[in-house]
Amino acid sequence: MATFVFLYFAAVIVMAASLVVVVRNPIYSALSLLVMFFHVAGLYVTLHAEFLAAIQIIVYAGAILVLYLFVVMLLNVKREEQFNRQGPVALFLGVALLTEAVLLTVSRGFTVGTPEPGREEAAVGNTESIGELLYSTYLFPFEIASLILLVAMIGAVILSKKGIMESQ
Amino acid sequence: MSVPVEFYMVLSGLVFIIGLVGVLVRKNLIIILLSIELMLNATNINFVAFSSHFGNLSGQVFVFFALTVAAAEVAVGLAIIIALYRHHASINVDDFRLLKW
Repeated sequence: MATFVFLYFAAVIVMAASLVVVVRNPIYSALSLLVMFFHVAGLYVTLHAEFLAAIQIIVYAGAILVLYLFVVMLLNVKREEQFNRQGPVALFLGVALLTEAVLLTVSRGFTVGTPEPGREEAAVGNTESIGELLYSTYLFPFEIASLILLVAMIGAVILSKKGIMESQ
Repeated sequence: MSVPVEFYMVLSGLVFIIGLVGVLVRKNLIIILLSIELMLNATNINFVAFSSHFGNLSGQVFVFFALTVAAAEVAVGLAIIIALYRHHASINVDDFRLLKW
């Protein structure tokens, strides 16, 4: 049963991801990315990461994607030629990465390390334990993340405001 | 009964490669940023799958940080796109071949 659920989510994720790349209209592309975000959130729920599933929907689907749609509609871009002439490069890199991944998994016998016996069901996915970890072990990276957000906010304002760059 | 973690690795690899091909193939700057989002999501799937497999919550915390960086990247990237569109009236990557200095 769990395998079927996973296969459903995986199939929709892969299809929506390829639609993002293939579709000509940027709005359809962003909407199929929305479908993919929702299914990734469903995958998180099956992995007992409920907090991340909620964050995925709120931040990715709610904030980031709305920003994308906003810019797509603001710019009012004409439809243009779809693909670059870098097709061979992309084909080569994609095939190379794929064969590398397949070779690595096959040569390792398609197994990863087994989980440590004692810690298997250590309340994984609990919002409370994530918060505890975030505010104790990862307190410094957490503060750095807030700094990154501040820098991004200032950068976005400076880059998109008219007249700041041209004045000098 | 749970899904083996290798399935998640295969899924994440596929999505990452789709994103990579999208970055290399498309001309529209917005689609290129969307493809970068695809690649970030692929790594996030891997993080969460391994976090659940090893029973270690650190992976989910790292997904949290990756999400923060993705939000910052989107804000700055879209601002750059708007500034470029204002100068050149285009968001086709082929139109931006010259550096200023």
